[in-house]
Amino acid sequence: MTTSNSIQHNSNESFSFQKMIQTLSHLHVVVGTLFISTLYVTVCNLFFADGSFMHVSDYTVSLFGKYLCYALLALAVDLVWGYCGILSLGHGAFFTLGGYAMGMYLMRQIGDRGVYGNPDLPDFMVFLSWTELPWFWAGSSSIVWMICMVFLGPGLLAFIFGSMAFRSRVSGVYLSIMTQAMTYALMLAFFRNEMGFGGNNGLTDFKEIAGFSLQNPHTKLGLFVITAIALAIGYWISNYIVNSKMGRVITATRDAESRVRFVGYKPEHYKVWIFVVSAMLAGVAGALYVPQVGIINPGEFSPLNSIEMVIWVAIGGRCTLYGAIIGAIVVSYAKTRFTAIMPEAWLFALGGLFVLVTLLLPKGIAGMLPNLFDKLSMFKSDDSKEQEASSAEVK
Amino acid sequence: MKRIFSVLLSCIISWQALATATTQDISTIVSTNTDSALSHLVQQLPTTKLKKMAPLVEKIALTTSAQKRDVLQFMLAGELYYLKSNKTVVRALKTENALYELTNVLTKQVLAPVKKSTIRKVKTNNRLRGSIRSYIAKMDLTDKNKNVRIQAVKRLLDNPSKTGLSAVQALIKQEQDEDVRELMNITLLLNQLKVGDHAEKMATITQLENTLEPSVNNAMVKLLGDLPLENKTNEQKALALSLSKVISSIEDKRSFFGIIENIFFGLSLGSVLLLAAIGLAITFGVMGVINMAHGEMMMLGAYTTYVIQLAFPNLIEYSLLMAVPAAFLVSGIVGIIIERGVIRYLKGRPLETLLATFGISLILQQLVRTIFSPLNRQVQAPEWMSGSWVINPVFSLTYNRLYIIIFSLIVFFTLLLILKKSALGLHVRAVSQNRDMARALSIKSDWVDAITFGLGSGIAGVAGVVLSQLTNVGPNLGQAYIIDSFLVVVFGGVGNLWGTLVAAMSLGSINKFLEPAVGSVLANIIVLVGLVLFIQKRPKGLFPQKGRAAD
Repeated sequence: MTTSNSIQHNSNESFSFQKMIQTLSHLHVVVGTLFISTLYVTVCNLFFADGSFMHVSDYTVSLFGKYLCYALLALAVDLVWGYCGILSLGHGAFFTLGGYAMGMYLMRQIGDRGVYGNPDLPDFMVFLSWTELPWFWAGSSSIVWMICMVFLGPGLLAFIFGSMAFRSRVSGVYLSIMTQAMTYALMLAFFRNEMGFGGNNGLTDFKEIAGFSLQNPHTKLGLFVITAIALAIGYWISNYIVNSKMGRVITATRDAESRVRFVGYKPEHYKVWIFVVSAMLAGVAGALYVPQVGIINPGEFSPLNSIEMVIWVAIGGRCTLYGAIIGAIVVSYAKTRFTAIMPEAWLFALGGLFVLVTLLLPKGIAGMLPNLFDKLSMFKSDDSKEQEASSAEVK
Repeated sequence: MKRIFSVLLSCIISWQALATATTQDISTIVSTNTDSALSHLVQQLPTTKLKKMAPLVEKIALTTSAQKRDVLQFMLAGELYYLKSNKTVVRALKTENALYELTNVLTKQVLAPVKKSTIRKVKTNNRLRGSIRSYIAKMDLTDKNKNVRIQAVKRLLDNPSKTGLSAVQALIKQEQDEDVRELMNITLLLNQLKVGDHAEKMATITQLENTLEPSVNNAMVKLLGDLPLENKTNEQKALALSLSKVISSIEDKRSFFGIIENIFFGLSLGSVLLLAAIGLAITFGVMGVINMAHGEMMMLGAYTTYVIQLAFPNLIEYSLLMAVPAAFLVSGIVGIIIERGVIRYLKGRPLETLLATFGISLILQQLVRTIFSPLNRQVQAPEWMSGSWVINPVFSLTYNRLYIIIFSLIVFFTLLLILKKSALGLHVRAVSQNRDMARALSIKSDWVDAITFGLGSGIAGVAGVVLSQLTNVGPNLGQAYIIDSFLVVVFGGVGNLWGTLVAAMSLGSINKFLEPAVGSVLANIIVLVGLVLFIQKRPKGLFPQKGRAAD
């Protein structure tokens, strides 16, 4: 009804801006913004000289790349928390598993350039005097296998954990604590040298990815662009899911699980499904994160990291996909600034954010935006009201 | 031969001299006399030649001075020197910067550190050291203190010497104390087992059946190993048979005590878990509030202990007794502030409560890091917490673990009593079951909430005092326990204090039984994974609440 009315108003040029906003969905805005900022960073990094005002340094590029990984991760958390009501305090586990899949591939790419010069075994295995690769490292030198593992590793864990938890109807706080226990257990396990993932030191000292040297700034820029594309695709997928029929069921499950069950759906199937998708997104974020920061170690599994992800979403605004992205970028940027200026204060600030946001801003930054949006497009709402009134008269 | 005989004879005389000097007065007179005798003898040490050293040492050993043991001990350890300038006999210990720290052996006066060139070692050789060792052993065997005697016999048991054994043989009849006599008897029997003929050996083996001393077991295993594998004589066969029988019976007993020891370790770990979880059982189980800052309440308790020890450095013995109420108050008050300031606004929103309290935990950690530095702090253990209760040679209980088990049970039952019998407990249960109804009956539900939260936090603080005795006190102290304690509460069944007790103790025991098989980290992981699986099977825990309260 409203759309047809707006078409009628096409002739009136004073409303063209309003119309443009109306036809633009969040998807367009987010992808567009992402595209423009990526383009800006790329151009400024490549074509402006070092001292120039417009120049974006290589360090900033990889920093932005890191933020975009976090944004993708926040998207994954928001998908389960915002839309399905599953507060996962263990998404760091999926992120880190994806990272380890990438890290294993990068380790194998080092080849005989390691300290011990062994063409097959990574340095830490030579150091532990292992003679052959463990079975789970098989195939890790192939990039196709690596990409499969980035999806399969976190996906499988999420599937097993999710199907067991949701089938027995573990929910709410219990689930949160269990996910936290999961990532804690994984952290303890990966700290062990016997696990075959480098123990305490993790995987590091990478040389190249798919033939491109990781020390080269152009590779970093390439990774940044790939991350931006991955984020855009991730956003599109998430947006598609939450607006699909299935997304409706998932949202309904969040609000009244028993009612959904009585209507005849099986909420646990939907929950497992969305949990697995979210875990895979987190895994991709982890895989893109590792080559940009150059290390993956079990510290990433720590429960604190997982909770920090939740706070990104809470600050950005749960239930809105773009809110998660804003939250991740804003908080990570604040963290970078704070830890540089006064490292002591960061935890105070983060802790304070937790308390203040939950107390005062239950809908986060994104919760404030629609109000702003409404005020800006006051005409539009008046206009549509008029339309409705007139159409009612016609009837 | 003659020499040994003379040594023995002289020793026996000296014991009799000791035995006669019973009354206090006489012994003091004697000691002043003998001190001067000793100093006279000690002063001869630098000038005596090595050949004449043996009689001199013997004379020193024959004096009745209390200091003679020290002199001989230093000589044995090669720490006895004399100053080249005035021939004063000193004990010299090498310090880090290649100087020697000197102590006058007789007056115990500390002298200024000197270079090596100004002092010279008192001469000894192996034979001399051997005889000194046996003099010292005999002195210890006749010491007035029971523990010194026991230690001396134990040393003999582990490395027997001929002179020592003959001394024990002579002493065993006079020995008054049951324990010492028993140990002496074992020493003699063990010797008999080694050197005796067949009949003696067979007799000894049966007598040693109930002994758990490791050296006895080792000796038997060695004896069994020394027997030829094939072509045994009948005697050897019988010996081997009875040996292996006794060894296996000793093994059984040892493994039995090993299991008991594991249970004890498990219970002590369980009681730490219980203390950590019991506060949570109140805030989470009874009130339904997820308090992620619970671990930090424990940390505050541990730091309170540290501060109290700093404030009263002379009262370390009582510091824990003071710390328990202080930590309860500190953590309790912080808990009440948190409840009033944050949690009451988040009622009915458990996930938000979780996040907000997590934020508080970060702030508290950073606060402690800023005030006390991020480094770990050492909290001292009072005298009465250290040491252990030796029940038999393979089984002993350390006092600190024993006290912790007792203390955690006391806390548990006190809390149970408060919740079941007091008016406050009644109100708490009423509010947790039906808030509106309780309010209608004029219970101040806000006040009850604050007090309950304060109680739970205060108990966490008390748990912190206990933890300060077991681990290092640092800003991350609480974080390590928060997941475990949540799992304990969920495992036992939310809102069920008895469930928490059973869950904590069984988790602790499972962990300790897995530990020797797979190592501590893997045991931890297995328990975590097992718990996660268990919660999936029974989401309401071991003892789910029934009836109306179950919702």
